[in-house]
Amino acid sequence: MAKARKLGLKERYALLTRGLDWETTYQPMDKVFPYDTYEGIKIVDWDKWEDPFRLTMDAYWKYQSEKERKLYAILDAFQQNNGHLNISDARYMSAVKIWLQGITPLEYAAHRGFAHAGRSFRGAGARVACQMQSIDELRHAQTQLHAFSHYNKYFSGMHNFAHMRDRAWYLSIPKSFFEDAMSAGPFEFVTSISFAFEYVLTNLLFMPFVSGAAFNGDMATTTFGFSAQSDESRHMTLGLEVVKFMLEQHEDNVPIVQAWLDKWFWRGYRLLGLVGTMMDYMLPKKVMSWKEAWEMYWEENGIALFNDLARYGIRLPKHHEVATKEKGRLTHELWATLYQYGNALGLHTWVPEDEELDWFSEKYGEQFDTMYKPRLLYFRELEEKGERFYNNRLPMVCQVCQIPIFYTEPDDPQSQCVRIVESKDTKHHCCSDGCADIFNREPEKYVQALIPPQQVYRGEADGARDIFEYAKYLHLESGVDTGEYRNSPDHKNWQAWHAATPDNSDEAA
Amino acid sequence: MTIDLKTASVKPLRRTFDHLAEKLGPDKNPTRYQEATWGLQPATNFHYRPTWDPTRELYDRERTAIVMDDFDDLVDPRQYYYGTWTIQRGKQQDSQEKNFDLVEKHGLLNGLDTNWKQRILALLIPLRHVAWGANTNNSFIAAYGYGAPVTSACTMHMMDHLGVAQYITRIGLLLGNNDPEILDIAKEAWMNEPQWQGLRELVELTMVTDDWCELFVVQNFLLDSYVHDLVFERFQAAAIEQGGVTILPMLTEFINEWRRESSRWVDAVLKRAAAESTENTAQLNVWIETWHPRVRDAMRPVAELAFPTQAARELAALGEAVSTRSAKLGLHGEAL
Repeated sequence: MAKARKLGLKERYALLTRGLDWETTYQPMDKVFPYDTYEGIKIVDWDKWEDPFRLTMDAYWKYQSEKERKLYAILDAFQQNNGHLNISDARYMSAVKIWLQGITPLEYAAHRGFAHAGRSFRGAGARVACQMQSIDELRHAQTQLHAFSHYNKYFSGMHNFAHMRDRAWYLSIPKSFFEDAMSAGPFEFVTSISFAFEYVLTNLLFMPFVSGAAFNGDMATTTFGFSAQSDESRHMTLGLEVVKFMLEQHEDNVPIVQAWLDKWFWRGYRLLGLVGTMMDYMLPKKVMSWKEAWEMYWEENGIALFNDLARYGIRLPKHHEVATKEKGRLTHELWATLYQYGNALGLHTWVPEDEELDWFSEKYGEQFDTMYKPRLLYFRELEEKGERFYNNRLPMVCQVCQIPIFYTEPDDPQSQCVRIVESKDTKHHCCSDGCADIFNREPEKYVQALIPPQQVYRGEADGARDIFEYAKYLHLESGVDTGEYRNSPDHKNWQAWHAATPDNSDEAA
Repeated sequence: MTIDLKTASVKPLRRTFDHLAEKLGPDKNPTRYQEATWGLQPATNFHYRPTWDPTRELYDRERTAIVMDDFDDLVDPRQYYYGTWTIQRGKQQDSQEKNFDLVEKHGLLNGLDTNWKQRILALLIPLRHVAWGANTNNSFIAAYGYGAPVTSACTMHMMDHLGVAQYITRIGLLLGNNDPEILDIAKEAWMNEPQWQGLRELVELTMVTDDWCELFVVQNFLLDSYVHDLVFERFQAAAIEQGGVTILPMLTEFINEWRRESSRWVDAVLKRAAAESTENTAQLNVWIETWHPRVRDAMRPVAELAFPTQAARELAALGEAVSTRSAKLGLHGEAL
């Protein structure tokens, strides 16, 4: 027997996957793949798909199992050594809570969404790429649960995350975002998640959270974050690949893809408002401000990326200039909102310490000093008088992004921005021109949205009549899981745990 | 920084998340599998109907005729979450890789009987397409199934089948001196040769089956059993015994280990679904009654390829094995 030729890695990948799929003849291809044409995307030649991963399963298992062994060794050590005591301050837990309640479920949704895409495309390369991302996303959901599980044993607001995920008004923001993507066709799904979210905006999500965790002594999060990074870079590659592929396949695809980019840029940006607020307000030790992150990751990198796509006829997403106008106010407006609706949140809010206010002044300048600092100081004053400010009615929220309608006019940060849209003689409220545009393009979709404050009024929240009954409906214990941080059980436990080293604890106001 | 900890001061406030405590009772700690699987799928308040199937919710119990009080009961006895799954597969691929290395390094395939080599190639290589079909079908269940235990296990099974398709290709390339033509010949057989058309027709029929539990029964129980038992057990045993191809188990180690382990999971899911109600049992029986004869008929020419002189006997043995297995799960499942 002649000695076989040695194969290179790339060649081996090509051979191992060569011609695995086939053109069905006993069943029509359109019946086997019923979902990859109705969006209007035209694919002339699926073979032009370049697999961005080129990972055979044996190589995948080898790399991933090495990563997983290390990750779980560290998580075990973290749990055995009371790793929760090493975080910078228990206020930091609000960042972890919002992640567990709002973002970990998105990892799961991504897993299922990519399974859908991984079944839908008739091109084998695209299917395998989506399947691989599907199982990676399952990994992210599960490793996050394992990392956060320890914190749940010691802090409030996490024990009921699965119940809240499907019900809480503010968690409708991430939930509706991903369900919007999942209920779209497979091409829009990968454009929204792989490109708009993972490629364009992921740095704004991942960087602040993982770096924030590292800055604040959260070893569990830091570890899964770094471990997920190599997965993320694969996913970003897929995002760019899929968009270029659609654009190169047919010129009729360009306006469809452009409309999706407009929509998903804005929807992603609105979701990231929560992340920006986390990085500015919930990290006791700050990494960088939302404004700085926006400038670096969008105004420099994001715009450069879109300029690269100009040769395909793609322009910058609509309303990107509005997002840039809002960079100095976004997180301050959102934090003030979370602060006042604290009785219906599964995380704590507070007025930042003096040195944090100084940091805001440094990062946000005059706009912060004149517009947002006085409000925070007023909140502090009320609190010191024993009249901590709460707004005990749920807010009206945007029909599209589900964020409370409290953001301000792009050119006037002192006027509330409301846009009224209509469909079949019914009026709906949106928070911005960006969301109104999204509504008007697909009104039949967005009229279906479940709006939690409206559900309460319809008696669909176990008949809750006030915000405290609503908290009960969410399985939140008022004053324990909800409300002000200062003197909360989380705060008191933190002080007790660190009683031996008082200078490490946060002084109660 | 050193902290002088009093043990009482770091007493946990609770054992676990509420939804796990509710399912386990107050005194039990969840395993990492339970923690990473139960309650993971959203259950209510879906915002928009899928544009690709507006008659359904995004996650919809009614995509199958099987009714469960709690789909989280369809657990995996292997307790696989991503970490345990990938670590296990990492070990298995490492061992398989060593086998391939040994075979190549020592030229262990030299002197293999040409006739047997051809028989192995003819039977084995087209199965990469069957594995691809299994990948497609499990991605269907992963996408449209209900409840994280079964959908996440099917996601792993989907990737496993892709791995199996690639391992079958590796074996073919090893036997065929890395000549890619053997893959093209096998694909041509899969597409056009009469022996494979019944099976291809069946696989294509599974690809348009839209009840995910039904698909689970057909793909993961019936089809996997027939294909695997025929080729990797019975034919492999014959190749060793009659052809002296003692090297074959080294090449199929991964596939065989995976198969033993994953059939344990498939059985557990079916057993639990059947135990839920007489209606479920009846429905599963209907599916087995409908599909078992189809699978058997589709496999007949493949059995003839494997055992030219005693295909009927082999096929009967495969049917019996499936019936015995069904009976253990509380299903009757005779090959009608």
